[in-house]
Amino acid sequence: MPELMQFLLSGITVGAVYALVALGFTIIYNASDVVNFAQGEFVMLGGMFTVFAFEAGLPLPLAALLAIIATAAIGVALNKLAIEPARGAPVVSLIIITIGASIFIRGLTQTAFDKQLHRFPAFSGDTPIAIAGATILPQSLWVITGALAIFVGLWLFFTRTLTGRAVLATANNRIAAQLVGINTKYVMTLSFALSAAIGALAGVLVTPITLTGYDIGIALALKGFAAAMLGGMGNPKGALVGGLLLGVIEAMTAGYLSSQYKDAAAFVIILAVLFAMPQGLFGRQSTDRV
Amino acid sequence: MRFSSKTTTLIMLAALIAVAPIFFPSSYYFRVGSLIFVNGLAVTGLVVLTGYAGQISLGHAGFVGVGAYACALAPVHLGLNPLLAAVVGAALSGAIAWLVGRPILRLKGYYLAVASLGLGALVSMVLANEAQLTGGPDGMAVPDPGLRALLKSAGLDLSNSAFWYAFSGVALVVGAWLALNLHHSPTGRALRALHGSEVAARTVGVDVARLKLQAFVISAVYASFSGSLLALQNKFITPDVAGYMHSIELVTMTVLGGAGSVLGAIGGAMILTTLPQVLTVFQEYEQVMLGLVMMLVMIFMRDGLLPSLARNIRGRGK
Repeated sequence: MPELMQFLLSGITVGAVYALVALGFTIIYNASDVVNFAQGEFVMLGGMFTVFAFEAGLPLPLAALLAIIATAAIGVALNKLAIEPARGAPVVSLIIITIGASIFIRGLTQTAFDKQLHRFPAFSGDTPIAIAGATILPQSLWVITGALAIFVGLWLFFTRTLTGRAVLATANNRIAAQLVGINTKYVMTLSFALSAAIGALAGVLVTPITLTGYDIGIALALKGFAAAMLGGMGNPKGALVGGLLLGVIEAMTAGYLSSQYKDAAAFVIILAVLFAMPQGLFGRQSTDRV
Repeated sequence: MRFSSKTTTLIMLAALIAVAPIFFPSSYYFRVGSLIFVNGLAVTGLVVLTGYAGQISLGHAGFVGVGAYACALAPVHLGLNPLLAAVVGAALSGAIAWLVGRPILRLKGYYLAVASLGLGALVSMVLANEAQLTGGPDGMAVPDPGLRALLKSAGLDLSNSAFWYAFSGVALVVGAWLALNLHHSPTGRALRALHGSEVAARTVGVDVARLKLQAFVISAVYASFSGSLLALQNKFITPDVAGYMHSIELVTMTVLGGAGSVLGAIGGAMILTTLPQVLTVFQEYEQVMLGLVMMLVMIFMRDGLLPSLARNIRGRGK
């Protein structure tokens, strides 16, 4: 049993990060129908900026804050410079544009910083905490709590604020939203900023555990994407559940089957889910309008 | 006598391949040339899938990997000639595409993209992890099919790089010929109707699901032969050929040159294959340039580089 508990705990920690990446996908997808393949790069940038600001002598909280703001700015730039000019382009083109952006960001990071793996100290020490015969790092608690806090915050934002409702309205029907006076361009910019900031925060939280480097973004984007799809693309609740589920399945695969094939779990699951439920766990059946 | 655009395209392609060696100062150029043709072959398959049928696959390198490893494994374990192994690999790729394509092609746009991505990732993971079979990340050797020796005994002695240049050049022309024939066939027309509007195509009686599956299987077979050719000419293969980055490169080549036209896409393969050779001076910036090219072409030249240029030139002529 302690073994199972251990796998569960580490699965939930990783799953929380996947959930945050998936949440980032969801926000942008809802506002603009774009799946942003550069989402993993936001997580990487959050970690990298914090590392270098911290090593330059800034206190950790300030370094993290700066990293989140800088990443959000890059998210906005991505929308303004690459997504907005391509409005109306077919899905294939949008996929290539965001993949291009992710390769571009990775390349720049590698030249601006370096190719090494980095970390900064955990927020509240490295002494493991014992839970039911298993142990968990204090930093893991930070990751899990952070993910839940962001989720609750977003939920309040979308249901209680006018701006949040404007985003939902835009997601539902862009033209109708424009007709009632919502600035959909602003909504799109806001979603890219929000999504980049959430990604960066995930990077800040998880770097003390998993380390960061210029090329960690691809894997995270793929896993986050799988999580979003597992839960049902465009559904924030689905992103959270999909992320956690994926993390746990991965940890179980690594623990009980084969650590070499733990990454395969994500893809086997996603193929299986798409076979059985093309809309994901929480997705709605969509119909074509002719 | 008037040539159809199909014949013109094929003659242009064949002439280009035949004449280019006159200007090659060293055998290195033959080597780059055959790499272009190998990539061109996979890209021609993606023209059928993406350009004709409007579907995107982010996992096609998986099929390249199947084709490549078939040429390495089948001769060792089944005693097949490597050329026959390439055919077996293509059949296997087609079968996988058919099996997996049936459920995933019901999905649209992003869903298909991510499902194909998962498929490609699985193939490359198996190739990298099953070390006792595939040599793992270190790769494995590929036996020689003995064709060059056969030519030599017939009195035609080609250098190694010249031979593979000619062989993959011929393969590319045959591949392009088949794809162009498909384009002008009723199936090709139905595929293009599907690209225009899936709903409209279904309304006029096109069996959308079956057509998409056909396009997916055809493109997988092209990718597989591309992988086999690469394995045979390199005489060595690593799991990298099946990796995510190779899938992305193939898609980029296709849309860079212009997914709607075989010649355009082969042009895309030429640009992206030679670019890294030219860019070795700027090796630091290779990824930055690749990403930038992908974004700029898709934002400003949606039909791809060559069709956009052609339209500009025609527009100015008027």
